[in-house]
Amino acid sequence: MKKIPANWSIAIGVLALSIGPLLHFQGNTFNATDSKNSTAIEELRPGYKPWFKPVIKPSGGEIETFLFATQAAIGAGIVGYVIGLYKGRSEHQASPSDDSSSPQ
Amino acid sequence: MKTKKQKWLGLVAIVVLSAYIVLGSANPAAAMHIAEGYLPAEWASFWYAASIPFFLVGLRSLTRITKANPELKLLLALAGAFTFVLSALKIPSVTGSSSHPTGTGLGTILFGPLVMTVMGSLVLLFQAVLLAHGGITTLGANIFSMAIVGPCVAYVVYHLVMKIGNQTVAVFMAAMFEDLFTYLTTAVQLALAFPAVQGGFMASFVKFVGVFAITQVPLAISEGLLTVLVWNWLQNYGQEELKILKLIKS
Repeated sequence: MKKIPANWSIAIGVLALSIGPLLHFQGNTFNATDSKNSTAIEELRPGYKPWFKPVIKPSGGEIETFLFATQAAIGAGIVGYVIGLYKGRSEHQASPSDDSSSPQ
Repeated sequence: MKTKKQKWLGLVAIVVLSAYIVLGSANPAAAMHIAEGYLPAEWASFWYAASIPFFLVGLRSLTRITKANPELKLLLALAGAFTFVLSALKIPSVTGSSSHPTGTGLGTILFGPLVMTVMGSLVLLFQAVLLAHGGITTLGANIFSMAIVGPCVAYVVYHLVMKIGNQTVAVFMAAMFEDLFTYLTTAVQLALAFPAVQGGFMASFVKFVGVFAITQVPLAISEGLLTVLVWNWLQNYGQEELKILKLIKS
């Protein structure tokens, strides 16, 4: 059951869903929705101040970006490693039968 | 056997997807998690108390699975890593805002919702401590929405759709609804903590849902698609593990 060609369509679909808004809202800052949550809280409870501050706050946007990119890279690396390992294993298991069926 | 061209195409696909995943997080992903200090102390404590039992049962479930089937540890790592990646992706949406998926659907389908409570909690803890995304005080509430309600919804949807539809559709729907219900739960939590002066809980809930409702729909679809993508890979290359988990027929 080979579904890999379908994965190309899926990947294109995901990219389209992400790139479409980028092209449509060019120049937009794409603010995160949780900052809007904080705004909504301030509207519902004027004067509400967070009662606790983050223990470690990345010292700048660049550092924060770096940390998030690192998180994504570590996760992607593990996903890629496991899939690659499984792929290698399944190809290795399939290869002896291929050899035996091929003419000498 | 694969041709050289197919191998190159595969390599290009891996490079493009990796670039998408890494570059997608080029800005801090901050969306569904309730920020540090933004829940009153009584509600923060309440959500901690509600989440801890699920976490403990999840730990037991995780230990049981790894003891019974040590060969599934790699797949477990993949499920955790998938959540790790997706919750770091800040994806632009049709509203001009951005948000991120959660990625707990895949692990739920593979191992059940309780295991993903532990995995999701670890991801949230990492983000709260090191990235100031979410928070220590709001960790209980964020665990409840992303690592308890989301996986439970994915589990129910997957099994419901499996009764009437095919597996790929079930995987897609489970991941999509898991994403949407995570955000709905966050809206409920915020509305409970901050009911509107006029209209109470419902008025506040509508306000918080309005923050992400449309933003999150394309992201939920993306999450469903990405989950199906990894699922297809597993169906091709991880059949042994899926058979152990009784997710495909022997």
